[in-house]
Amino acid sequence: MTNLFEFLNSSVGKKWLMALTGLFLSLFLIVHVSGNLALFKDDGGLAFNQYTVFMTTFPPIKVISYLLYATIIIHAINGFYLVAKNMKARPVKYEAKKNNTGTTWASRNMGILGTILLIFIATHLIHFWYEYKFGEMDWKTYVVEATTDNILKEEVITAADAKAQHLKPATMDYMGNKIIICKDLYGVVATAFKDPLVVAFYVISMLGLSYHLLHGFQSAFQTLSIRGKNYQGLIKGIGTFVFAIIIPALFAAMPIYFLTR
Amino acid sequence: MSGNMNLTLKVWRQKNAKESGRFETYAAKGVSPDMSFLEMLDVVNEDLSKTGIDPIAFDHDCREGICGTCSMYINGRAHGPVKGVTACQLHMRSFADGETIIIEPWRAAAFPVIRDLIVDRQAFEKIQQAGGFVSVNTGSTPDANSIPVSKVNADEAFNSAACIGCGACVAACKNSSAMLFLSAKVSQYALLPQGRVEAKKRVKDMLKVHDDAGFGACTNTEACEAECPKGISVSNIARLNREYAAAMLVGE
Repeated sequence: MTNLFEFLNSSVGKKWLMALTGLFLSLFLIVHVSGNLALFKDDGGLAFNQYTVFMTTFPPIKVISYLLYATIIIHAINGFYLVAKNMKARPVKYEAKKNNTGTTWASRNMGILGTILLIFIATHLIHFWYEYKFGEMDWKTYVVEATTDNILKEEVITAADAKAQHLKPATMDYMGNKIIICKDLYGVVATAFKDPLVVAFYVISMLGLSYHLLHGFQSAFQTLSIRGKNYQGLIKGIGTFVFAIIIPALFAAMPIYFLTR
Repeated sequence: MSGNMNLTLKVWRQKNAKESGRFETYAAKGVSPDMSFLEMLDVVNEDLSKTGIDPIAFDHDCREGICGTCSMYINGRAHGPVKGVTACQLHMRSFADGETIIIEPWRAAAFPVIRDLIVDRQAFEKIQQAGGFVSVNTGSTPDANSIPVSKVNADEAFNSAACIGCGACVAACKNSSAMLFLSAKVSQYALLPQGRVEAKKRVKDMLKVHDDAGFGACTNTEACEAECPKGISVSNIARLNREYAAAMLVGE
């Protein structure tokens, strides 16, 4: 155990912690973006709202979600610690403008990019996660034909009514149809993204995410010393195209979709 | 002489480690483009001493690019604008007539300025002393081929051993991290069977001294590799990370 603590206290160990937590968060992004693609389905929010019920009630996902909160906190605190320590390593700055040959802008600004993302995550959680767990929001009832999945009827239950009736998410069979009752997070999302300022904040944050992952993904592999002539290109390729382009672009498309709809 | 240049130098002057320093501006007149950067400073110093000003103190030794002594941060780059050279191998033809050149010492908490452009690089010696060696019992010389070494590993170890400990990696790194130096020193032994014997203890001890000396951590910007006069690769840092994790977490 003492070895583990000494490891985590060393500069290399702290980088390992940064890399492992970072890769776990990257993996989460794949899940998050795939699930949220349900937002693009024009079905009054049925698919998305059902997905949120699954994500908040399925026990393994609940366990992973706590692991995820812990990972975000560890990644952020460890990151701030490293930035502070690294700044202390050069108390007197250079006079001449530093020539940054061989480096990328992203690699030199991971702390700033990370801070943007932390502010974003806090805002994002207050917007939706807190609202869903503790806030008072409208509910929705869908009547779906069991055989064809066609939505026959959808109805909004106001927050006040839902509170008075102590509603719980439920799916019931009723005369060959399914009745689905769930919180209308889709509605909250659609309303929030009608505000151009909110959309701008989200899009800018996703630009930050893009740059953070452009360096972060491949840097994690270097830290974990997974590096070789044969797959170096593959790692950089995945980091660039999947994590720095496709994922942030899909995320950014969501608020833009609701703003322009 | 025709073709000679006139330059303006903005040089860091600091009496000793305790006093605070400042930039002073000097004119370097009639500089030949064929001079090395250090020769240019020699000429300027000669002029300075004639006018009663203390010459600019700077570290130098071999003047042929292999000792790593001439530590200078020139115009925002360790060892100046040319890739793969030390300051003594940098020639004035790399600068334009009339140019202003900013000359600073390496900046790092672990490398305190002693005087002007000279920094104390004992931190590197301490890292080296913590494990950058192979313990050998004295006795008769062993047979040359008693321990087989693959050609690939021998070449890689030799590449790592090319590090001259100049400190350009620290100077170029935004975190003043000495990971490239440390990893080269760890690698040159880790790659060879003779070095494997003490590998775990070596990497543990050397990294501890590195961290305690006040060097920063690695952000993988790879500025060090770009500025290293000997072309040491950051693949050494990956190897260091692996060696350290294995030493700390796997086995005893």
